Amino acid sequence: MATIAHTEHVRDQSDPIVKIVELRKSFGDFEVLKSVNLDVYPGQVVVILGRSGSGKSTMLRCINHLEKPSGGAVLVNGEVVGYRLKGEKLHELRPNEIARQRATTGMVFQSFNLFPHLTVLENLLEAPCRVLRRSPHEVRDEAMKLLTSVGLAEKANVYPSTLSGGQQQRVAIARALVMKPSVMLFDEPTSALDPELVGEVLEVMKELARSGMTMIVVTHEIGFARGVADEVVFMAEGRVAEQGPPSQVIDNPQAEATKTFLRSLNERRDTPVQ
Amino acid sequence: MESAKAKTHPQHTPSNAVSATSALTADQETLARETVPLRHHGRTVAAVFLLLVVANLAHSMVTNQNFQWPTVWHYLFFPEIMAGLGRTLILTVVSMTMAIVLGILLAACRLSGNKVLQAVAGAYLWFFRGTPLLIQLIFLYNLSALYPRLGIGVPFGGPELIGGSTNLVLSLWTVALVGLALHESAYMAEIVRGGLLSVPKHQTEAAAALGMNNVMAFGRIILPQALRVIVPPTGNQVIGMLKYSSLVSVIALPDLLYSAQMIYTQTFETIPLLIVVSFWYLLCTSILTLFQQRIERYYGRGVAGQSTTPGRGRILGLGMPRKRVRTTLSSTTAEEG
Repeated sequence: MATIAHTEHVRDQSDPIVKIVELRKSFGDFEVLKSVNLDVYPGQVVVILGRSGSGKSTMLRCINHLEKPSGGAVLVNGEVVGYRLKGEKLHELRPNEIARQRATTGMVFQSFNLFPHLTVLENLLEAPCRVLRRSPHEVRDEAMKLLTSVGLAEKANVYPSTLSGGQQQRVAIARALVMKPSVMLFDEPTSALDPELVGEVLEVMKELARSGMTMIVVTHEIGFARGVADEVVFMAEGRVAEQGPPSQVIDNPQAEATKTFLRSLNERRDTPVQ
Repeated sequence: MESAKAKTHPQHTPSNAVSATSALTADQETLARETVPLRHHGRTVAAVFLLLVVANLAHSMVTNQNFQWPTVWHYLFFPEIMAGLGRTLILTVVSMTMAIVLGILLAACRLSGNKVLQAVAGAYLWFFRGTPLLIQLIFLYNLSALYPRLGIGVPFGGPELIGGSTNLVLSLWTVALVGLALHESAYMAEIVRGGLLSVPKHQTEAAAALGMNNVMAFGRIILPQALRVIVPPTGNQVIGMLKYSSLVSVIALPDLLYSAQMIYTQTFETIPLLIVVSFWYLLCTSILTLFQQRIERYYGRGVAGQSTTPGRGRILGLGMPRKRVRTTLSSTTAEEG
């Protein structure tokens, strides 16, 4: 609690965009997140690695309050997500206030989750026009620019079901970006894709990282982590086991959990495909 | 070449694989021939038989004097019949509208996190689906025997604010409309609930992650997708309601059927009047079916296997075309450059 109060009054350029403090989350008796602390600074690309079940996705989903933390707090742009600090206690926000907070973070899901009843362009227009109440005319130009940048301008007027997985995921990235979020959250964005489609999505993400977007990426793509991440966070058993630049965490891991994980990834890669 | 291969084949090739290949080459000439489709003799026989039955039926309908076609024609546009048809349509539209609204509320209760709401809605469904509509109508008609006065006031026997004698509050029309609606709402609740549950949870999450509040996410994302599942069975229910509304004849509301009954109990022209009634019911259900198909196509947009080209969003060509944002590629590429 003291940490939160501290960040409330010291704010300058070097303040983290996302600050995770003593975050805990349990599903019933199962404690997924035991205690997570993490700071993400403007323009940083943070890649989260870890076995399935280590709490990576849950942590990511706590950042935009899709999961309600059991303890601790997440701050985005210095504002506590899902709560208001009043006196000594954190008071739960109303659903509408939480919705307003979520508009500042963009999220890309493993299963794309495009709206199937809307065309590609309508998928992009929906949130800016409804949530931010911006004029469709203005947003349409921005949306088309974004679609062009992900290479899908010619698909603007088709329904998502006609697109490949890779194309759908690129639309999903554009849909999140059109809200002009201050941070982008990626939850295993390439895990549901056929191998030959992974590259096109990673390419868009690399371009986004180059443009200076703050990104938190949960992925198993070690190559992406090595090439693009400023910081790699390795999670194990609901905690941050190791953290640092990719050259350190991936090439010279210290924690036992990280070593085992990387070794198992290498073994899998070395096994010849039949 | 072919024959030489076939001759040498037994000595040279002991393995099965090779013999199979040579058999294939030998057959190639045969395989290239025209195919003859299988004849379905059973189907032909059945079709001929059914055609004979239908023709005989049609013949009897024309020649059998008991159909009394002139009488049918006489009553087809009879004022009382027309008035009855009007009442049937009003009953269907109004009670169905009430049932849909009530059904959505009940579905919301069933899906809410509140255990009391869930239980009350569950009990409601249990009762109204578990007893026949006919009994519910007669019951409501005789409610005054149970509660002579109806009104709103302080619960548990406190003073009444407004109210009146049950027979005055519940007119014939009120009994019929409320009775049909209460019964139907139980079915609509399950249809709506099924539709809402058919939309994957991911869609709610995606809407939430974009900052949409609950109302927006429901109205713009969840409901339009749920309607694809809700609309077809609702169409069936409307068609069903058109016919079940004839049950109000037991409480003497002169709907289409009861109007005909009132005539034929006096004139004994039972068959022709039942034909008249059937004709109007069939005409109405046919029109409703046509509507249903159009609406289903509209809500099926974007689903694989259905129309995937946008812009066909009009129901029966009526009303406003769906608001659609057209973007010409040339204009945006021009801006890029």
